Amino acid sequence: MTLEIRNVTKSFRGKHAVDRVSLRLEGPCICGLLGRNGAGKTTLMNLISGKTIPTEGEIFLDGEPVRENDRALEKIFSMGEVNYFPLGMKVCEVFTNLGRIYPNFDRDYAEQLSKKFELDTLQKNDKLSTGYATILKLVAALSSGAEVLLLDEPVLGLDANCRDLFYRELMENYAEHPRLILFSTHLIEEAAKLIERAVIIRAGQVLLDESIDTLLGCAYSVSGPAGAADAYAEGKEILGADSLGGLKTVYLRGTPEKPFPAGLELGQMSLQKLFIELTNH
Amino acid sequence: MPNPFAEEKPIFLQIAERLEDAVLTGAFPEESRLPSTTEIAAAYRINPATALKGVSLLVEEGVAYKQRGIGMFVSKGARSLIEEKRRRAFFEDFVLPMTAEAKKLGLSEQETVSMIERGYGK
Repeated sequence: MTLEIRNVTKSFRGKHAVDRVSLRLEGPCICGLLGRNGAGKTTLMNLISGKTIPTEGEIFLDGEPVRENDRALEKIFSMGEVNYFPLGMKVCEVFTNLGRIYPNFDRDYAEQLSKKFELDTLQKNDKLSTGYATILKLVAALSSGAEVLLLDEPVLGLDANCRDLFYRELMENYAEHPRLILFSTHLIEEAAKLIERAVIIRAGQVLLDESIDTLLGCAYSVSGPAGAADAYAEGKEILGADSLGGLKTVYLRGTPEKPFPAGLELGQMSLQKLFIELTNH
Repeated sequence: MPNPFAEEKPIFLQIAERLEDAVLTGAFPEESRLPSTTEIAAAYRINPATALKGVSLLVEEGVAYKQRGIGMFVSKGARSLIEEKRRRAFFEDFVLPMTAEAKKLGLSEQETVSMIERGYGK
């Protein structure tokens, strides 16, 4: 399946939350949507799921516009911070409801996941604690059977055990049912091994859209005595630097010189470090 | 001084190495089925495409083979293949970094060799 965002802008009171974004996401793929607070991640997700109408531009799923198109929208499951389940409805009733909306909803799988996460299915959904409210949304997303999953901060408020269990279930689920998953998170280090592509947005615009391999392959770090590190970095595209006394690490774009000068240490940048350096300014 | 911000090798290489280690220790005997990419992805919390890349590397090296519709299996003779490959890499992976460190510390060749002997319990 192909999700295409064509020149989409969303303005709130004259301010562009999403600014002329064009993206073509092809599944199966787990794509990380990364950006700092207020970069426009949630707005972009809401535009894709039809919760928000674009000020300009249009979004297509397999060539069909998603706007006011139930057939396209039932292929998309979106989970975010806001709870859309009716107040007072028990977890098990939420499952029954989801089965009516999503034709491929897997009830047995939802029950199995609830057991694994120790989610009480007889509890009312609006009486769940923050963590369990998130777990319910995760269980709903994983068992929805939708071809496109939009996971906006899916591990918000979850303890380390639940996050780990979620990552495990997500990988198993995705390996068995490959689909398009758009995953936004601030916990980049944890997500780095799960995603195969990263879209980095800043101030409502796409800053970068690359496969993880390409992204990590086009940046590196050099450390050593400050003078030598600076001399090496001269004339190269510098992303940032860290100093510790006379020791300096410079982050650079491109590929290392060959042969690499002695006395300096070559390192790979992690996705999180790269993200920080790219979005610091 | 090691770079505190350095990352390790690509994940698919680490996965291939872990699977090879399991073959070497006998945890995955020759002619037994290797875990599926789904199992590997779930166990290590990595993207299934990365898991597949790791397993494909083993196939390329002749350590594993694919049996259609069933899965991946450990090749006959896989252990000696891995041992041979690691022996070839031993000099670059272990001896060269050790001599480089020894030189940095001003250890003489004799001192280094005697430490190696000590490692052997002599």
